[in-house]
Amino acid sequence: MESINTSLIDWSRAQFALTAIYHWLFVPITLGVGIVQAIMETVYYKTGDNFWKRTAQFWMKLFGINFAIGVATGLILEFEFGTNWSNYSWFVGDIFGAPLAIEGIVAFFMEATFIAVMFFGWDKVSKGFHLASTWLTILGATISAFWILVANAWMQYPTGMQFNPDTVRNEMINFWDVAFSPVALNKFFHTVLSGWIVGAMFVVGVASWFLLKKRETKFALASIKIGAVFGVVACVLSIWTGDGSAYQVAQRQPMKFAAMEGLYEGREGVGLVGIGVLNPAKTQYNDNEDPFLFKIEFPKLLSFLAERDMDAYVPGITNIIEGGYRQRDGTIALSAEEKITRGKLAIRALADYRTVENDSLKQHARAMLDEHFQYFGYGYIKKPSDLIPSVGLTFYAFHLMVILGGFLLLLFAVTSYLSYKNKFEHKRWLQWTCLLSIFLAVMAGQAGWVVAEVGRQPWAIQDILPVSAAISKLSASSVQVTFFIFLALFTVLLIAELRIMINAIKKGPH
Amino acid sequence: MNTYIFLQHYWWFLVSLLGALLVFLLFVQGGQSMLFTVGKTTLQRKMLLNATGRKWEFTFTTLVTFGGAFFASFPLFYSTSFGGAYWAWIIILLCFVLQAVSYEYQARKGNLLGKKTYQIFLLLNGILAPVMLGTAVGTFFNGAEFVVNKQQLVEVLNPVISSWATPWHGMEAVLVWWNVCLGLAVFFLSRVLASLYFINSIDNAEIRHYSRKHLRWNAALFLAFFLMFFVHLLLQDGFAVHPDTKEIFIQPYKYFSNFVEMPVVLAVLLTGVAGVLFGIGKTIFCDNWNKGIWFAGAGTVFTVLAILLCAGWNNTSYYPSLQDLQSSLTIENSCSSFFTLRTMGYVSILIPFVLAYIVYAWRSLDLHKIDEEEMKNSKHLY
Repeated sequence: MESINTSLIDWSRAQFALTAIYHWLFVPITLGVGIVQAIMETVYYKTGDNFWKRTAQFWMKLFGINFAIGVATGLILEFEFGTNWSNYSWFVGDIFGAPLAIEGIVAFFMEATFIAVMFFGWDKVSKGFHLASTWLTILGATISAFWILVANAWMQYPTGMQFNPDTVRNEMINFWDVAFSPVALNKFFHTVLSGWIVGAMFVVGVASWFLLKKRETKFALASIKIGAVFGVVACVLSIWTGDGSAYQVAQRQPMKFAAMEGLYEGREGVGLVGIGVLNPAKTQYNDNEDPFLFKIEFPKLLSFLAERDMDAYVPGITNIIEGGYRQRDGTIALSAEEKITRGKLAIRALADYRTVENDSLKQHARAMLDEHFQYFGYGYIKKPSDLIPSVGLTFYAFHLMVILGGFLLLLFAVTSYLSYKNKFEHKRWLQWTCLLSIFLAVMAGQAGWVVAEVGRQPWAIQDILPVSAAISKLSASSVQVTFFIFLALFTVLLIAELRIMINAIKKGPH
Repeated sequence: MNTYIFLQHYWWFLVSLLGALLVFLLFVQGGQSMLFTVGKTTLQRKMLLNATGRKWEFTFTTLVTFGGAFFASFPLFYSTSFGGAYWAWIIILLCFVLQAVSYEYQARKGNLLGKKTYQIFLLLNGILAPVMLGTAVGTFFNGAEFVVNKQQLVEVLNPVISSWATPWHGMEAVLVWWNVCLGLAVFFLSRVLASLYFINSIDNAEIRHYSRKHLRWNAALFLAFFLMFFVHLLLQDGFAVHPDTKEIFIQPYKYFSNFVEMPVVLAVLLTGVAGVLFGIGKTIFCDNWNKGIWFAGAGTVFTVLAILLCAGWNNTSYYPSLQDLQSSLTIENSCSSFFTLRTMGYVSILIPFVLAYIVYAWRSLDLHKIDEEEMKNSKHLY
């Protein structure tokens, strides 16, 4: 039997990750700057002051430069579900396709229609229609984010569906469960808010550059005031939704949660690692090595984060693999070995269901399949340790995101305070910090996605389908070639984008 | 007709409508392909770029929505064609990526590759996108090299249900003349529509003159390739589905029969063809008439809609397999569940509202024709 090449899986994952990473360089700026420019245009609409028109137009110019490449990478991302994950596309297309289609019908057309009015309609449509177009453009972008995040959340927490052995796929049975699952809602708000943070930092950072150059002071200070307050609001809400996201991860994806914290041995009243260095000598979950070389913990906070109870039990990686602990619902957790066995039984039952002709045997196979379907994906897993994601990458990405989030909140708060006290203009060290922090804000967003996507490996759909079974049947070399084509193309376009952006910034608003 | 079968037909109609709108909106690509021939001076090229540049997002968005709608309603096509005809789709996607950035970047300082390079990207997109999309749609009638075996999912080491039978992964489609013939017809149609669009939206005598000149020979080539493809389509064997056994079989004159057995679709086709011919003919023969784009555009939508309906309705396989006839995709064996199609059906009620605001915004922007003065004075240009 010809088997799927692991190199194909790795290259397909690499290609998707590459596209997603590039896409997420641009989308957050679109989401955040879009709101800032719309606020500025609203002020112009209310006051009639041309200063605000020019200010809004400047940020729109940068928005436009950034938007084009975000659209380009987004196109590739959507179609890669088909080109590189074709089995996935059939197995869950009945559920996953719907949000993508709604995104197209409801959001993309709104964006595409009104962005043209926003850019080219200044002298052609009324002020009110133009302002509405600006808000509708960003509303379209945000609705688009909602539906794609619904789709992503469903992969992390598959709900509202049931498996149909006749069609050999999962089918949607409750649209509202899919669209408004707690995971989807948390993911949407947390991700969009992270985009607002990046956008706010971009505005404050670029405006700070003008202050450093002693140019466009009025424009820069006005932009900083709006951007910094917007940033504070986004950071505070992001912490709130981040807490909600972490709670959902603890409930639905305990392995990811354990990896985020480098927690191997579960216990009651677990502390949250504030800062830590993982022990590189720990290569197996059961090798008795201490997972940390060094760590500073907040006592009992992880238990609270996971269960809203300071003394609650939180399972570690070893516990999840070996099973035997009491779960929240009172049942005893199965070991990974047992789940793999049950997964294989489910797959075998599906095979029987589709081949036997005797009705009672068919019914028996169906009952067996239904009983074990929740472990279906485990049937494709070769060994228990394959269920552990990269702990290092997940742990460091999570902590980087949290630390940077805290830093950005502090920075926005200080910047807001000083700018409203009219003291920001002379704080050059703070202006430099704001400028350099654009990069940190982008990094925080990227780190968040690393946590979400690396932390859920090996699953394409949690417990139902591992990436190894979600793949398209291609040669690894084909995907390698397209990976490098995309890498070269996106990199060239990114460099071009940065150069154009820098030139446009240097030119200034007037 | 039960509700599930109705929904399958309804969603094939919607996907076909999106495909038809996409072909109409390929006038943007047609315009890009004529950038250096109709635009004789830098200023003229700027006017052409701004004419198509204010519409490229619609083409792009329609393509994305076409993909999303296909995914939601016929996921087995999405899975089989995109995963199998890998190289064909990657080339199409790459040329759309180039388009997405080129409008914005070509006129900007510091764009790394120079203005000319981005304009050549637009030219490439203008040629490759219509030819490749037309060629890909040609496989709806002439078949593709895939096998679908859902039982494969239980093979733990190799659970992929759709596989491609050639190492060319879709590129073999360009070796089938009738696929390429449709690709060329779409390409020349996009240039015809672009000529009509320039005549309508740009207030410049020289551009209108050259557009009319290009219209004539592009229309002649479009008609030649389209008629070749269409006559062959009517005469060729088609891929039929037995309504009771669901077995796929070859049926002589299947597509001709489809038009005869679906008179409404035939009427749509004839109306569309008449619209295209009227739009082209009157523009050629009446020097001051500039409304051709609307007749030819609406005609294009009707014609393509009818041809795509002919591919999927009336017990026809819309994506035939040349490797294993019974793997061929039909609207019944490749569609989403009843629940999903019904839910998405509710969402589709929004489409008229979407179309309404597109028309409103389009009209608002196009009330003023693009002219030299705007190119010289406006700050918001490509």
